[in-house]
Amino acid sequence: MSTTTVDLEHADHGHHDPTLQHHFATKDQQFDTSKLGMWLFLATEIMLFGVLFVAFGLSQAKWPDEFKEAHHHLQRPLGALNTIVLLISSWTMVMGVLSAQRGDKKKLTMYLFFTILCACIFLGVKYFEYSHKIEEGLLPGKWYSYHATAPEHVKGASVFFSFYFMMTGLHGFHILGGIVVLTWILFRSMKGEFGPNYFTPVDLSGLYWHLVDLIWIYLFPLLYLIQ
Amino acid sequence: MSTNAHSETASSHAHGPSPHAAKIYIAVLLALLFLTLVTVGASYVDLGPANIVVAILIATVKASLVGLFFMHLIHDRPINGMILITGFMFLGLLLSFCLLDIDYRPHLAPTNKVYPKASGVMPPEPGKAPAVKTDNTAPEHH
Repeated sequence: MSTTTVDLEHADHGHHDPTLQHHFATKDQQFDTSKLGMWLFLATEIMLFGVLFVAFGLSQAKWPDEFKEAHHHLQRPLGALNTIVLLISSWTMVMGVLSAQRGDKKKLTMYLFFTILCACIFLGVKYFEYSHKIEEGLLPGKWYSYHATAPEHVKGASVFFSFYFMMTGLHGFHILGGIVVLTWILFRSMKGEFGPNYFTPVDLSGLYWHLVDLIWIYLFPLLYLIQ
Repeated sequence: MSTNAHSETASSHAHGPSPHAAKIYIAVLLALLFLTLVTVGASYVDLGPANIVVAILIATVKASLVGLFFMHLIHDRPINGMILITGFMFLGLLLSFCLLDIDYRPHLAPTNKVYPKASGVMPPEPGKAPAVKTDNTAPEHH
């Protein structure tokens, strides 16, 4: 193909747009394909966490009194604070995507930075919560050693904390993964790689980030607020 | 892509976002924060078994807001939302079969039940002649 090709969208070879991979006919097709793949990945994430939610529900039905007693050891204000932090981070993320769509590189970088900051605050709060649990002996399975639990309630309470650490821990690793991905996106945005013409990575990492938020939206009431 | 009914909105990313997008996003954020306060507040009110229902309902409203607006499902190609809903449907399938198992297992397997030794009578098994057993810890079904 000559370098004077005008119809970039339909050029088979030697297209000029480095963000359009040659096996896609149009940028729309490329964008929709990437998005579809991301949604399929998100569906697997729902199954991953969903299994834990189902197991948690069944265990709660088995040890209702123990679970109710155990959840009083979770710090509700800290859980609520983390919920608010994550919701705000979801908003900064979607504002970042909007800024990319509008070609505002400065705002995109700023919003990505605040999203990462919120993620770090979330993990910081989680650190305080975890260290409090560890000090009190509110731990999973055989490590459970909280002094004021009636012997017949130890089994159920230790199962509750197995779920607590497994679910919030897995979610925490997703936050950590999100920080890594968003930092990468942040560096790329600072290099000016994204704009109205190409913002797929911002959009897809945003989808991931919202899903992490969405999972916490269910985790928070089920773990912290059950009655 | 342009053959579906939502073509004018489905490819909106190609034509740039709505001019009101920023206002919509801030309204959604405020709604989410408000619902968080509601769900925390509701957890201090003892509604009995309804507490969990209220909590899950509010969480679902919040999740829908995030999905529809922050994840753009409201003006996205329908296939993406269908994938999400399919995920939740399979989750429902998993939950319902687990609940069926938990709820009905005792009725289907009476041998799991330990009968008082004094009676010494086990209920007849289907298709078998009534038998009198004195050993009520029969291990055959464990």
